[in-house]
Order: sequence, then structure tokens, then C-alpha cells
Amino acid sequence: MTAALELREVGKSFTMHLQGGVRLSVLSGISFSVHSGECVVLGGRSGLGKSTVLKMIFGNYRCDSGQILVRRGGEIVDVATATPRQILALRQRTISYVAQFLRAVPRVPAVDVVAEPLLLTGTPPEVARNKAMEMLRQLNIPETLWRIPPATFSGGEQQRVNIARALIAEHPILLLDEPTASLDADNRARVLALLAARRTAGTAMVGIFHDSEARSSVATRIFSLPERREAA
Amino acid sequence: MNAPAYNFAYLDEQTKRMIRRAILKAVAIPGYQVPFASREMPMPYGWGTGGVQVTASVLGPNDVLKVIDQGADDTTNAVSIRKFFQKTAGVRTTTDTREATVIQTRHRIPETPLAEHQILVFQVPIPEPLRFLEPRETETRRMHALAEYGLMHVKLYEDIAHHGQIATTYAYPVKVDGRYVMDPSPTPKFDNPKMDDCPALQLFGAGREKRIYAIPPYTQVVSLDFEDHPFERYRRDDTCALCGSTDSFLDEIVTDDSGGRMFVCSDTAYCEGRRGSDMPAAPAPGEGKS
Amino acid sequence: MSEDERPLLIAEALKKAFGRQIACRDISFSLHEGEVMAVVGESGSGKSTLLRLLSMQTKPDAGCVRYRMRDGVTRDLAALGEAELRFLARTDWGFVHQDPALGLRMAVSAGANVGERLMAVGWRHYGKIRQAATDWLERVEIEAARIDDRPDIYSGGMRQRLQIARNLVTQPRLVLMDEPTSGLDVSVQARLLDLLRKLVAALKLSAVIVTHDLAVARLLSHRIMVMKAGEVIETGLTDQVLDDPHEPYTQLLVASILQP
Repeated sequence: MTAALELREVGKSFTMHLQGGVRLSVLSGISFSVHSGECVVLGGRSGLGKSTVLKMIFGNYRCDSGQILVRRGGEIVDVATATPRQILALRQRTISYVAQFLRAVPRVPAVDVVAEPLLLTGTPPEVARNKAMEMLRQLNIPETLWRIPPATFSGGEQQRVNIARALIAEHPILLLDEPTASLDADNRARVLALLAARRTAGTAMVGIFHDSEARSSVATRIFSLPERREAA
Repeated sequence: MNAPAYNFAYLDEQTKRMIRRAILKAVAIPGYQVPFASREMPMPYGWGTGGVQVTASVLGPNDVLKVIDQGADDTTNAVSIRKFFQKTAGVRTTTDTREATVIQTRHRIPETPLAEHQILVFQVPIPEPLRFLEPRETETRRMHALAEYGLMHVKLYEDIAHHGQIATTYAYPVKVDGRYVMDPSPTPKFDNPKMDDCPALQLFGAGREKRIYAIPPYTQVVSLDFEDHPFERYRRDDTCALCGSTDSFLDEIVTDDSGGRMFVCSDTAYCEGRRGSDMPAAPAPGEGKS
Repeated sequence: MSEDERPLLIAEALKKAFGRQIACRDISFSLHEGEVMAVVGESGSGKSTLLRLLSMQTKPDAGCVRYRMRDGVTRDLAALGEAELRFLARTDWGFVHQDPALGLRMAVSAGANVGERLMAVGWRHYGKIRQAATDWLERVEIEAARIDDRPDIYSGGMRQRLQIARNLVTQPRLVLMDEPTSGLDVSVQARLLDLLRKLVAALKLSAVIVTHDLAVARLLSHRIMVMKAGEVIETGLTDQVLDDPHEPYTQLLVASILQP
């Protein structure tokens, strides 16, 4: 496998036991691959399962069928069948994820939120913090906010903290769920420029972008999710 | 002279045998508290019943007995216990430390160094050194069995934290033969070094708590301390008003109600000995020992 | 510290019943170094019993607990002598009780509480013991000036932090926590959780945390085990089990969380 990431016949359904066991089939037969330097944008209307695909790649949602293959150094790991330890290892060194919402940990200052992924790989704290500050600067977060926990930030600021945190460790695979949704034009442009630079540097990216400007500046390819067949 | 109404030394022979077995066990495991079936004695708990039972078990008709209480031969308790053994055992008694073969003591070790043929019997109130920090007997037994003595140092740490120094002045815990931690009974810490490498046999009896322990002759006894707060043998820096000793443990005696006081040797026999004729002064306590 | 790939703690088919009440039914899992696992469940799920089985405070009716010692050898804890177990409990393990008074000596100073384990393993220099205690008090955000105070005049949050310091001073590799934040005010809880997060990461601790609070599980743990009536209902990556619960009971638990 030469791709950094490959999905093969991936399927997922949710069974809502609290609603009488209703089974919602969300995805079925999804296959695509992403190479280093590519940015695949997931297309399709709202509700087709685009976020679900990203979450499954990240291991946040379970995969019911098919394979999600990730190249990690010289070996291939299937996220669909990986153990929790393996998924944690992937998150530490291989895959970064910009979620739609920042889940803020109370009391942790923004600079430490951003530095954390580097600390997990063993980077010395001083170095990690300096890089974090640099990222926050690039993303236009004012210095006065660095020592403050992001829970009180605006939506746009939180999103940029999210992005900084995902970009800092420079992982080979980057997943993006609406990274520019809450940003004004100026900040959006900054972020898109950063993402484009990453892509050029070889990161394999999968993203959900609703606005066309974002798509045109970062996407190399669109993968449209198929329309859903009715649930069985 | 009355017809003897008591067995020799009051206790029946079976009881003495039981106590001697406990003593043997205690001698075999220096510092370890051996439970024993403490008997009802003709004095209440808290008045030396443990010491009396040990003395009664080791006393023979040719022994010479000395009894002291806080170093003195002439306090009520010492007198009572001496008379008790005079009546029930008919043994010769003395106040001279060197003459005695068995010395029963409450809360002091005589200043005069002891010899190999002598036995020192201590009266002990609470035998368990860890009791104040760990009230559960089940737990303290485990700690002794597993040699878990960290808690002992916690007590000393607390002293230093609150008083700037180890404030324990009596019943200062010691480690015997490198293994068991022991309470030497409420003797002043000044006396601790005397227990180390002592030629005499030291026996400890606690009647109410029903425990006997022992330090065999020439056993290593080390007072617990910290490297940076080593054990200090505290003594008031003064001379005895009666005999002029600068080395013995002193008692403070209030002489009037306007603050007058004087300091005299706690060991009355030692003091008398120094004051009497031209007897060569006994060597200073601790001399020749570590 | 090189990462040993073998698990640190292995529970195998643990069973414990109290009369007809089955507290733990065939529980198995393994825990690696640096991993934090949350055990969540409601009252009566058997989670606290599980913790007691893991620390050998209670003997299992069946199954075993195996632990990799510092020398690299994995041993069945039931085969260890009492002295060894007690030594492990003082050096390699920590146990944080829900009620800090159970895990502290209330009658001695905070410094003595933290220093006790050190003294138990042979530290004999008062100055160094005190310095180590001071360092740890600072790490758990207790003012160094309170080192000589007894914990009976500490607040609940402070006592809990002191308990943590007392447990971590000998740098254990495995910490078991039983509802460490229950009963504390929300702000105090947040502070404590933050502290635990930082310490676990900094010291590369492995931990099993029993809690009924899913938010605590999400914040502190990598993996989660959901228990009900003595059984493991679902287990896996924490965010996965909480965001994509499969079992009915898990879905019920997740759905029951109040959103502020």
C-alpha cells in the first residue's frame, strides 16, 4: 500500500437501544485512499455521514465492517480492528484531528492545550511551549490569551486553538472537520494558507469544508459520499 | 518467726516455670515481647506486678536483692517490694548495687556499672513502643513481625518538626540486636547507653499488659534517631549538691516555696557511696562503653 | 525509562461473591505502563470490590491478579508473602481512598504523612525527608507553610491532595483510585482532576480509577470499563465507548448525563 490512508468497504450503523433498538445504517461500502501530499475533501449533503467517516478514521467511532488502513512507519495498522493501545499510538504519532468543537479541559491554559500533543511524544516542556506559542501566533491568537483556559474564548478563537493543537505535532495524516466554519475572512485565509503549506510538505489530509473558497484552496480531490439507501 | 505461709517468692512453682519459659523465649529473641499469663498479685496493676513476677521467678535462696524506685532505695514502693520479698523469700537484701545479684528497678538504671552475674529487672507500664501511633494490637504485631518500623521514625520526625529536636526524654525507643524495636520502660534517655553491651541480663516485665521481654548480656542496643539529629544523652549540666558528681543523672528537689531548689543524684546508693569514706569513685556511667 | 511492552497488571477471570451477592463475575483485563483505565458503573456494580481485589485487600474466590515487579518478573500476587505485599503497597503502588481520612494519619502532621513511606523504606535524614515532603506538598498545590499542620484542620480538597502526595512520594508505578473526587465542591474537583491529569502524565503512572462520573472518566482515562451487577458490559477506548456506545446499558449511562 503506497497510500498513507486507505478505506476499504467501510460500513457503519448505529443501534439506538433506548429508542426500541432502531438501527440506522449510516455508511456502507465506503472506499477511498489518500496519499501523502493529497487533500481529499468529503463531499455530499449534510447527514450523509461525513463527520462519521472522520471519526472512524480517528478511532473515535467504531467501524462495523471493512478496513481502515493506516501506514505507520513501515507497517500497516487497521483501525477497525486495532486495540485501544494501537489507536492511542496512532493518535500520538500518526493522525491528528481537528474536531468541530473544542472540548475544553477546565483550568488548562491555551498554550498548554496546544503544547500537549508534543509533550506526549516526549518533547522537552520548554521546547513544546515555545512551539505552541509560535503556533498560536501564526493563528493570530493574541498573547494575552495564551495563559487563559480556552473555555471562555469565542467560537473562532476556540477553533483556532483546536487547529494549533492538531498542527503542532506535524503528523503525517490530518483530519479536518469544518476547520474554518467559525472564522472570519482574515483568519480563514491564514488557516487555509497553513493547511496548504502542510499539504505541500507531504501531509495526507481528509477534510470536510462547506465553503467553496476553502475547498478550492486546499482540496486536491473530492470524494462524494453516496446517497443513503433507506435503513433495513 | 512465722511458719512460712507462702511458697518461696510467693508464686507457685508451676507459675514460675511458666514465667521462666517466657523469659527464656524472650532471651532467645532479644527485644521481642513475649506474652505470658500474668497472675493476680497482692498489689494492683500499675505498682510493678510485672517486675515482681519476673523477680519472683528468677530469685533463688542465695540471691541478694536490691529494689529501687526512680533510683532510690527508700521510697514507699521500693520499700514495700523489698519487704515483700524479705517476707516471702527470706532473701538477703541490700542497697549496695555491687553487692546485689538481682536488682528490681522502676524507671532508672543504676549509675554503677553492672557485672556479668547480675540481673536487672525493669517494671514496664506499656511495653509496646508503637502504641501511641497505632492503637491496634493486630497491626503492631504485624509491624514487629515484618520489621516495619517507619512509624517509629514518624514519631521522632514529629518531635523535631514541632519542638526543633527529638523531644522524647524518657521511654526513648531503641533497636535491639539490629532487629526489634523496644520500649526500654520509662527510664530517662540518659540511661539508654547503659543498656548497650551490658554485661548483666536485663529483663522487662509488664504485668497489666502481660508481656515479658529481655536483652541478653552484651547485646547491641541502639537508640533510634536521624542522621542529622543524632541521639543525645541529655543531662542537666550541674553537680550533685550532696556528693559533687558531674556525671550522674540528677533529680530536682524543691527546698522551699520561694523557688529554692537543689539537684541531687537520682541514684541514692551511688550518691551515698561517693560521700562515704575513701571508697574509690565508681567509674562514670557510660565509660568504657559505646 | 524504556517502555516494556508487557502489561504491568493483569486481571484474569476474577470472581468474588458475598454470600449470594456476586460482586465480580469473571473480570479480565490487562493494563500497560502509562495507561489509565476508568471503571465506571453505578452503585452495586462491583467496581469498588474490583479495586480491592486488584490491591489484594480482598482475596478473590477465583481468578488471579498478576503484576510485573520492578525486576521485570510478572508474579501472581496471591503467591507473594505478606511482607512482600505490604512492601509493594508502600513503594510500587498507591491507593487513593474516597474518604481521605482513611488514607491518611490524621494525628500526625502533613509532613510526617508524606514522609512516612520514605521513613518506612529507610530514609534517615530529617532534613532530606522534610525537603521531599515540602516538594511534594508544592506539587499538589498545598502551601509549604502548612507542612506542620495536621490534616484534621485541612479542608476536604486539601486532604485529598495530601493523600495523593502521600501515595506518590515513593514513585509508585500503579495507582488505584476509588472515587477520588466524590463529595468535593465542583471547583475543588476541577482542581484535583487537573492535578491528577498532570501527575499521571508527568510520572507516567498507570492507574485504575473507579468512578460513577463519566466526565471524570473522559478527562483522566485512556480506556474505560463499564460495569453493571458485577459484569463488564462494555470496554474499550474511553472516547470511543462514550461517544459511540454499543451496549444498551452504556447508551443509557451516557444519555443520563446532565448537561450544565
